[in-house]
Amino acid sequence: MGRRILVTGAARSTGRRLVAALATDPEVDAVVAVDDLGPDEPFPPGVEQLRVDLRSPALVRTVQSTGIDTCVHLGVAAEPRAAGGRATMKERNVLGTMQLLAAAYHAPDLRRLVLKSTTAVYGAAAGDPAVWTEAMGHETPSHGFGKDAIEVEDYVRSFDRRRPDVAVTVLRLANQVGPTVDNPLTRYFELPVCPTVFGFDPRLQFLHEDDTAEVLLRAAIGPAARGTFNVAGDGVVLLSQAIRIAGKPPLPIPEPLVNRVAELVGRTVDFSPEQVRFLQYGRVADTAAARKQLGFSPAWTSLDAFEDFATTRLRRLVTEEWVARLEQEALAGLRRAAGWLSRGDAPMGGDGSR
Amino acid sequence: MTGAGERCQSLTKKGERCRNPVGPGGRCARHRQPGTTPGAGPDPGAQGDPGAALLGWAEEALEFLGRRLLGEYQVDEFGHDPDLVEHVLAPLLRPLYRHWWRVETRGLEHVPAKGPALVVGNHAGTLPFDALMVALALLDDHPAHRSLRMLAADLAFNLPVVAPLARKSGNTLACAEDARRLLEAGELVGVWPEGYKGLGKPYRERYRLQRFGRGGFVEIALRTGAPIVPVAVLGSEEIYPMVANLRRLARLLGLPYFPVTPTFPLLGPLGAIPLPSKWLIEFCPRIETAHLGPEAVLDPMVLFDLTDQVRDTIQQTLHANLVARRGVFT
Repeated sequence: MGRRILVTGAARSTGRRLVAALATDPEVDAVVAVDDLGPDEPFPPGVEQLRVDLRSPALVRTVQSTGIDTCVHLGVAAEPRAAGGRATMKERNVLGTMQLLAAAYHAPDLRRLVLKSTTAVYGAAAGDPAVWTEAMGHETPSHGFGKDAIEVEDYVRSFDRRRPDVAVTVLRLANQVGPTVDNPLTRYFELPVCPTVFGFDPRLQFLHEDDTAEVLLRAAIGPAARGTFNVAGDGVVLLSQAIRIAGKPPLPIPEPLVNRVAELVGRTVDFSPEQVRFLQYGRVADTAAARKQLGFSPAWTSLDAFEDFATTRLRRLVTEEWVARLEQEALAGLRRAAGWLSRGDAPMGGDGSR
Repeated sequence: MTGAGERCQSLTKKGERCRNPVGPGGRCARHRQPGTTPGAGPDPGAQGDPGAALLGWAEEALEFLGRRLLGEYQVDEFGHDPDLVEHVLAPLLRPLYRHWWRVETRGLEHVPAKGPALVVGNHAGTLPFDALMVALALLDDHPAHRSLRMLAADLAFNLPVVAPLARKSGNTLACAEDARRLLEAGELVGVWPEGYKGLGKPYRERYRLQRFGRGGFVEIALRTGAPIVPVAVLGSEEIYPMVANLRRLARLLGLPYFPVTPTFPLLGPLGAIPLPSKWLIEFCPRIETAHLGPEAVLDPMVLFDLTDQVRDTIQQTLHANLVARRGVFT
């Protein structure tokens, strides 16, 4: 018998891509796409679409009576604005997960649960270790997406204890970038200038959207891997470096004014205090466990992923051509000056005296 | 990755293909052979040409600026930026090292040419110049030009401007996880166990080592099997002779101490110029830990003994070098 897979948050870009990949896989018999929104493009044929909230009884029925063996939970939203306010977002993220897990607890055929989480659970602070591993104790972010993600992870871990026959995989994904990704960080780099915290230059990690799709697919239909795994492109990119690659001018803002400015900018780009701390201290997660136990190595490094995003999505103000030309002109000028110097009383016009 | 037009075929320093558009000669402006630029002046390689050296320097500086403007450089996961160290930070410190403090080094052969080791030193002088000079000694004068990855206090990562510089020059927060990770990656790690107690001690206590923390560094060495290289720095005690510590003001500013020296804050910013004492940095013979095995961390006596051994080695080396010293400034 083939696999029967349920995907929540299926109408968002990550979900749509996963659903499409699962639908074409020969080992998969049925894909149920759950989301309260309709997808921008219709799902491929054969996908059963369930347009309901995670808290709906219809979902409970589906999970329990249609022989679902794998549940991929992507329905944890990161953005208050898109979700209709912070209170609604929390309600959906945390209570939605509780409902889904309650339904899953009584699903007789369930063997695998995959949660898409985030490295935001580690928070961002000056006193953080340079590189986070999954087992390190971390202070809980006190609000926002990071806090929701921690609560969701806690519920999933408790589910893991109560249903030992279900392999639970938690994927903590780094900030995603790519040609079609739209999140607070990609919108930040799309601003005409990039506001930064003066005197800080955090280390960032990126995950290319192709790798996001790949790791979710592997966790859903590859060999089962229990546990929590950080997923990020290799290497790190400094914020200053990312801004340069994006070809934008940085706008350093002194720390005491940062929150005021974030509020102003926040009216257009969803700039939570959490996001501000991230842009001050950054965060880097160790991906060795994903490599070893999950067998997943990202195809894109952090730097390549960001460069791909920058070349496909951003219009650079400072281009390579521009820098190369400037360098060339400056060098030519210097060579002329050096020419005069070495010949002492050489006439203006340089090469004439050779 | 995509783009119209031909691309330059040269390799960048990272070993990747250059993606700049080609100019005349099949190369981009940044990889053109020197001297082939149309309309360029004399061959910069010409002997005895006063402009040539300057030109070579300017060329390198421009290339560096170009790389920085485009973000074409790589840092490791700790944020270490060798390109910036080589072109900006080390050149800024080198005059202090060579001409101001005329640093003399001994025993560099005790620092392994490759693989992990824990360099443990004394810490004094109000500002951590001693740490910077030890790092520069290893980068410039050690045959393998090793980067010292130092474990710094959390204050360094809270201060604007200082925080990113601390990371870019290869340092990280003094915590067991980071130290272990660096040693397991085969890096040379520097630790100053006296911390603020050493940096902020009054001048009258010079060359008397403070308590060596709780021996956390020994535990890390044992867990990773890395050898310990004690290093004794002579001269840093005299750069800012601290006669008093304004504790209240320090607390108000959130600093571990607020130093008063004969010239600071009396002369304002001028008082911040360190005194030109003559320095001697001596690396002592390695103390191996690998034979003890990682289980040794469970035995507190081993930890105490090793901590004391390292501390005594540094203290005795300091005393011996102090006795042999002719004067503070010569």
